[in-house]
Amino acid sequence: MARGPNHSVSRIVRRASAAILALAATLVLSACGGRTTPGPAPAPDEILVGHYGSMTGSEATFGRSSDEGFLLAVEERNAKGGVKGKKVRVKTYDTQGKTQEAGTAVTRLVTDDKVVALLGEVASSLSIAGGRVAQQYGVPMITPASTNPAVTQVGDMVFRVCFLDSFQGEAVAKFAARSLKAKKVAILYDQGQAYSKGLKDYFGAAFAALGGTVTTEQAYTGGDQDFSAQLTTIRETMPDAVFVPGYYTDAGNVAIQARRLGLTAPLLGGDGWDSAKLAEIGGAAIEGSYFSNHYSHEDPRPEVQAFLAAYRAKHHGTPDAMVALAYDAARLLFDAMDRAPSLSGKDLAAAIAATKDFAGVTGKITIDADRNANKSAVIVQMKGGVPTFVESIPPAE
Amino acid sequence: MTKLLQTAMDAVAVGSLYALIALGYTMVYGVLKFINFAHSDIFVLGAWSSFAMAAALGWTKAGATPPLLGGFAILLASMAFCAAAGIAIERFAYRPLRGAPRLNVLITAIGVSLLLQNVGQLPFVFGTQPQRMPQLLPDRVLASVAGVDLRLVDLIGAGTAVALMLGLEALVFRTKLGRAMRAVSWDVKTAALMGIPVDRVVAFTFGLGSALAAAAGLLYAMKYPGLNQPAHATWVLLGLKAFVAAVVGGIGNIRGAMLGGLLIGAVELFGAAYFSPHLRDLYVFTLLILVLLYRPAGLLGRAAVEKV
Amino acid sequence: MEARPGPSAAVTALRGVLPFLVGAFASLLLHFVVAPASGPFATKLVMDAGINVILAVSLNLVNGFTGQFSIGHAGFMAVGGYTAGLVTYYGSMLLWGSPAAHGGFLGGGELLFLAACLAGAAVAALAGLLVGLPSLRLRGDYLAIVTLGFGEILRVLLQRTGDVLPTAAEVRRTPLPELATHVGGALGFTGIPFYTSPFWVGIFVTVMLVVAYRLKSGSHGRSFLAIREDEVAAEAMGIPTTRVKVTAFVLSALFAGLAGGLFAHLVGTTLNPRELGFQKSFDVVIMVVLGGMGSISGAAIAAVILTLLPELLRSFSEYRMILYAALLVVVMIVRPQGLLGLGEIWDVWRPRRKGTGR
Repeated sequence: MARGPNHSVSRIVRRASAAILALAATLVLSACGGRTTPGPAPAPDEILVGHYGSMTGSEATFGRSSDEGFLLAVEERNAKGGVKGKKVRVKTYDTQGKTQEAGTAVTRLVTDDKVVALLGEVASSLSIAGGRVAQQYGVPMITPASTNPAVTQVGDMVFRVCFLDSFQGEAVAKFAARSLKAKKVAILYDQGQAYSKGLKDYFGAAFAALGGTVTTEQAYTGGDQDFSAQLTTIRETMPDAVFVPGYYTDAGNVAIQARRLGLTAPLLGGDGWDSAKLAEIGGAAIEGSYFSNHYSHEDPRPEVQAFLAAYRAKHHGTPDAMVALAYDAARLLFDAMDRAPSLSGKDLAAAIAATKDFAGVTGKITIDADRNANKSAVIVQMKGGVPTFVESIPPAE
Repeated sequence: MTKLLQTAMDAVAVGSLYALIALGYTMVYGVLKFINFAHSDIFVLGAWSSFAMAAALGWTKAGATPPLLGGFAILLASMAFCAAAGIAIERFAYRPLRGAPRLNVLITAIGVSLLLQNVGQLPFVFGTQPQRMPQLLPDRVLASVAGVDLRLVDLIGAGTAVALMLGLEALVFRTKLGRAMRAVSWDVKTAALMGIPVDRVVAFTFGLGSALAAAAGLLYAMKYPGLNQPAHATWVLLGLKAFVAAVVGGIGNIRGAMLGGLLIGAVELFGAAYFSPHLRDLYVFTLLILVLLYRPAGLLGRAAVEKV
Repeated sequence: MEARPGPSAAVTALRGVLPFLVGAFASLLLHFVVAPASGPFATKLVMDAGINVILAVSLNLVNGFTGQFSIGHAGFMAVGGYTAGLVTYYGSMLLWGSPAAHGGFLGGGELLFLAACLAGAAVAALAGLLVGLPSLRLRGDYLAIVTLGFGEILRVLLQRTGDVLPTAAEVRRTPLPELATHVGGALGFTGIPFYTSPFWVGIFVTVMLVVAYRLKSGSHGRSFLAIREDEVAAEAMGIPTTRVKVTAFVLSALFAGLAGGLFAHLVGTTLNPRELGFQKSFDVVIMVVLGGMGSISGAAIAAVILTLLPELLRSFSEYRMILYAALLVVVMIVRPQGLLGLGEIWDVWRPRRKGTGR
């Protein structure tokens, strides 16, 4: 077994060849991988836009909703002759809801498929991962629905068409303090979701500034569906309302369990609640609860009604805010493309940054100096299973 | 007082669900000595297939009232369906690997788990949308003690879990088939030499474990009617905790799984209610590590005999 | 080993250094010739693959060589990544006032990055020692379960950390130990500069491969394999099994930490507690088993294949993971020993020596 050092030269050769071989194998295989999957060179008569979204994984509903919104806007635009005389094509890559996948997908879209602009993601952590790549290569990106303030701080190539969690948390807090006249609010949030935690922080700060008290901050970790321990603690503090800044499935389950425990205070939520599934899952338990959203289906503005009609011609049901925001993001991008002298990253980013009073489904969008959309939020209440408009909270000046 | 009583009741309800799932892990480990990571997906399949059946019967429509025994019919049907699925998985994915290193079987289990999750997520299977499970079991407040409601649905849930566990206990320790299962778990080769049809016993064990997981799935869906989509992180964590329950109780030991399930439920809920809800998962995994360090075979497990 | 006419000192020295020289040359070639020619996307895939090679080969030290079963590899990767990220992010803030990448090739920024990676590796090795010492006394699947628990506890703790401090002024105001609690929580540790380049990946892959190969062919590796084949017999032969297992485990954690450092500074990645859980560990275990338990080149090749496969399948969208999972099951059934078993790729065309394996 023990090999003596008598063949030292041949051993050197062997070892060296081993090292070279392993490296070479790595190189060759990688190079093959790079070459066997070339993106088709963008055809001269079309404009390629990249979309990266969670088509699979835990957050697959978001990716699929935003894809619907983008495609709706693209089809509509192409029917009218496209942008700058060219047809627009969207290339969609799945991120599985993972930041690493988002980074790879964006790198591929930007450097291999050579897209002129990027649309996506919904989850803030993924938008940051993708945004940093977009920034690195100077390709503008518009996220439809990432509400965390850190997203657009990535750099001057990253924009958004939705409001920020800081504004949304404040809007819900204002509504709770002024319209609901709530003095004591308890919070139940998902500590595994940056979105939920961020909203909780902003709400808590704003509500305290308005003179209210947060009785208790209870947390669960993405995945737990049993909220009984937290709700029992919340019930003991006898709050006037309970703020639940999570996604709609959790909100539905929280509502059911809260009512079973005899906790009758109204629940408050953020835009993560917006889905036709909320009423279905929450049923009677969610009735009377409020949440802030990007738009209301009842809004009589022509943009909203035209969008609803266009959506219903293709799909059944009512589009959630994710579809509407994606639709707005794509249309805002086309509008900027129309105004931009060329489709280079720099020109396009400048055109997006100059967007003023763009009439979107989710309201008038003006991109501010921090590349955020300055717009209002609406508060809706669940009545008869339908989110019903209660009031609109204008952007803070 | 109210809080204590409420927490204790919830702990039992949650713990009995963990126990039902843990049983499947423990039984498979008992006979084949491998961790069946696809087991939690069978549990998901149980929840979702019962939803699909309820939907097919039109019970998911608003205002529909399922007949009184409809819930039990669906329970039996989804248990049968998942048992069949479990047996099929064993036959086609695990049996060809009998005798291969255990790690291989484990990887296969991960593969099967990924397969079930992603197939379940396809639009024409269960889809990516969460769904509302209809109320299949009658629900009303039976009694109210010190501000704590005793609900019929919780009672039926815990009752079904206990009944199934007692049934399993009787099956394993009182029947010939059970004796064969125990023989296989002691020593596969010797059992085969004694004329025990090992393949059939293993298949039966898988079927049984899967049926219990299906029952847990339906009961879970009754308690938490907002069903997350099949590939959601929720299910993974839940399966993991049930697995921890099996290990804490002593993996391979049926009573241990029950004890482990209840213990995990208690640690989680009392920890969340009386210390901090932020560290809920931490309690579970810390308990796991402490148990492993001080009683490596689990609370009721027998110490492994080193064969030389 | 009995006395024989040994090779001259020069040859011995050369033998020790040659693989590193070759590796350094290949890394430079990769960095300055291959990468610019093949474009940023292919380069990113090469770097992804390289990091996965380090992860797979290092896990192979435990799972393949010693036959223990760890599924906490992502945990050590996270420890290394977060440590390295802390050093570069807050280090850059304190030194240069901004977290942006600083200096060129081998410039100040890259040296800080190198120090950060080594610090990450050291802390990960320490964590490996803490986890390994108590749990490696146990046999069988318990290590798996303890490492799983360790990874999950780490995930919960990381999710509870505070936001990353965005400005240099805030960083200067904050006492150093407290900075360690500002690693982004659930949002992930964002803003770490992109330092990972083909050169650094190549260098660390070389180190990993050489260390693994020398271990395997040296006496340490023999004791690793002896434990894997029969722990009781190994003990009887006088091998201090627990110490050897802990050594393998700590070494494995060290390289996982190194890979974590590279991962943290790679373009397009974010350290996120949710994604460094046990599912990431499973990915690495799959690479090891697919390549062949105990085969260095096998693990490396499997790591490369499994990095590229999802990319090839990306346009299949929702069918992608189904294909991946089905392939996994089929490969395990058709080829349970993995691609190469215990052997190495060069054994394929070289007659097998007696006694070098089963």
